[in-house]
Amino acid sequence: MAVSAERAAMAIAVVAGLLVAADPAGAYTVYVSNEKGNSITVLDSATLEVLQTIPVGQRPRGIKLTKDGKQLLICASDDDAVQVLDVASGQIVADLPSGPDPEQLNIHPSGSPVYIANEDDNLLTAIDLDGRKVVAEVEVGVEPEGVGVSPDGKTVVVTSETTNMAHFIDTETNEISDNVLVGQRPRYAEFTADGSQLWVTSEVAGVVTVIDAKTRKVIKTIGFDVPGVLPENIQPVGVRVTKDGSKAFVALGPANRVAVVDGKTLEVEKYLLVGQRVWQLAFTPDEALLFVTNGNSNDVSVIDVPSLKVVKSIPVGTAPWGVAISQQ
Amino acid sequence: MQSQPCRQLPKPRRRGRTIRTLSQLVAATLSLLLVVLGPPPSLAEIGEQDETAPPSPSSGDIATIPIGYLKQEVKKLIPLSRLDVEPEDLGIAGAEIALKDNNTTGKFTKQRFSFEVERVPIGGDPIPALVKLIDSGHHFILVDAPAEILLRLSDAAKGKDVLLFNVRAMDENLRQEDCRANVLHTAPDRAMLADALAQYLVWKRWPRWLVAKGVFPEDKDYLEALRRAAKRFGGTIVEEREYKETPGARRSDTGQLLVQRQMPAFTQGAPSYDVLVVADEHEVFGPYLPYRTWDPRPVAGTAGLKALSWHPAHEQWGATQMQNRFQRFAKRFMLPLDYQAWVAVRTLGESTSRVGSGDFAKVNAFIRSDEFGLAAFKGQKVTFRRWDGQLRQPIIIADAELPVSVSPQEGFLHQHTEVDTLGIDQPESKCKFQ
Repeated sequence: MAVSAERAAMAIAVVAGLLVAADPAGAYTVYVSNEKGNSITVLDSATLEVLQTIPVGQRPRGIKLTKDGKQLLICASDDDAVQVLDVASGQIVADLPSGPDPEQLNIHPSGSPVYIANEDDNLLTAIDLDGRKVVAEVEVGVEPEGVGVSPDGKTVVVTSETTNMAHFIDTETNEISDNVLVGQRPRYAEFTADGSQLWVTSEVAGVVTVIDAKTRKVIKTIGFDVPGVLPENIQPVGVRVTKDGSKAFVALGPANRVAVVDGKTLEVEKYLLVGQRVWQLAFTPDEALLFVTNGNSNDVSVIDVPSLKVVKSIPVGTAPWGVAISQQ
Repeated sequence: MQSQPCRQLPKPRRRGRTIRTLSQLVAATLSLLLVVLGPPPSLAEIGEQDETAPPSPSSGDIATIPIGYLKQEVKKLIPLSRLDVEPEDLGIAGAEIALKDNNTTGKFTKQRFSFEVERVPIGGDPIPALVKLIDSGHHFILVDAPAEILLRLSDAAKGKDVLLFNVRAMDENLRQEDCRANVLHTAPDRAMLADALAQYLVWKRWPRWLVAKGVFPEDKDYLEALRRAAKRFGGTIVEEREYKETPGARRSDTGQLLVQRQMPAFTQGAPSYDVLVVADEHEVFGPYLPYRTWDPRPVAGTAGLKALSWHPAHEQWGATQMQNRFQRFAKRFMLPLDYQAWVAVRTLGESTSRVGSGDFAKVNAFIRSDEFGLAAFKGQKVTFRRWDGQLRQPIIIADAELPVSVSPQEGFLHQHTEVDTLGIDQPESKCKFQ
């Protein structure tokens, strides 16, 4: 299946490339990391077609576009490297000194440094993007994973999966200012656009913790109850909040659902059925569409955000995991 | 069947760990002199030379939570495969790595965990070791001992603020008629293991089992668990065939030739069956069966495909991190007993961080409450069954090289949680805590 998808992708790439060039308005480029496929699938958000499949390092998971959109940073976990993909040429141009087994990363709003969670060493590593040098290392809890950066760039949060904490780190001093206990196996941390809240998903506890970013107190722990799905299969991983803070979308893993949470009441509004083993999600910049990766069904589900409907499923590589979308 | 699923990495000698040589183990076997001379230095004392050990608390507001590990040495047969020799630090290394995890977290919660190992030589009395741990302030003690020793220790600790974790004994009676209020079990019992295996065999549509059983009491216990599992999940035992030979020398100059003739003969003339299920915990003959059966059939049970709490090649649900961390630390693969000890020590770390205290009553109550849950690389939180203190956990089905599956299997339904289809469920529990 993967082979034929790739072949189809290559055939479509030429045609679709022309289409995109002809009509760039509203068309964003979507990058999906295929954990087992060792590749990045490139999609067009307007045509919802695969443009290209780029071979990369082993076990690519967390991915993030640089501020200028010219490079895609890829955590190639089994190569113990963060690879720098030049988007225009489709070539890997450099490796960042990430340390072993990088899984997720984030970037300071100014464009650098890059923050990488090193699960093996219980460290958060800050790397200067241009110089490709480690500028700081912060000791955190056991198995750091999710990395969130506040919109004002003053705070970076890393979640540690075995310690079960969100560690708040001052980006100027690189010291931990607060530690907040959250549910078991916290995997992802996302600040709201106004910087007032931090949303943390806990995969094993099956909850999302919403933390007041100022007081560092838990506002609410959100649980999920999907009819017909066993509680142990509800495993939140990725989370995204709309810019206006009105809605949050939570990927529930083997529950095969994305939960829609009201950003004001913090109540679950709806569950959207997607593919199997949903990992991560990303909005288009206009927030018209949400792309979610389904690790066990080898596809990406596309959610129409205003109508809260799943509008398409696009086959990608084997075991899609991370997703990032261009700003233009 | 729990202890040795796989080969070992060669284990280099570690700095400062002078008690871990084979010759000293032999010395312990031959004589009780150690008891007279006093116990060997504990790992906690030795650990102080380790630069990775957490700094000792300098200010008064750091709470220290001491954890004990009582290991009763027992006489064992040499395993048939030299890949399966039990490491000297089996279990203890698992507890130590969990201690490091707890102490990393403890930096943020102002909690420090200390660790003390008491090794009781073969035939030695474990009670003084228990008393020593209790008297030195240990409320939480991992017990790595046979069932009858565990019961003696439990009775001796009765009425005290002591919680014991059974990390080794698989005996069902410890969870049934002999269950104890002051014991939690991180070791799966034989019923859980047999159920986990049976579910996989039935899912695979291999429901007809020829059972090859040994003569030891443990083999009879495992056979009972297999019979129960067959009844629950739709398996059929077509015949039970006893291997009557008692273990002789584990090696002989005549080598494989004899075995190659014996095993086909032993399995000849069986009614039609799908899989040969072995109940031979002492490895008298079980490991000889794969590839030597009269009919070409897979082997499962205590040999071949096994049900295990952990496997050194298990990598799902973030387990890769755990395996890497353990191998770097212990210089060998992580085995089921290491995992069972890890779970016990992490249970304490998780609970003390949640209640914000090392207070015995608070921690003990929290572990048994609905709020407790531990992320333990099994794809769902692990918890303790209220009715018998057994850890509720998915079980790995694996051969020597790789995991094949994880039970519970799809389609075996339960009214509350599927993982309670493994082992003794509440309605069948005979446990009345005392």
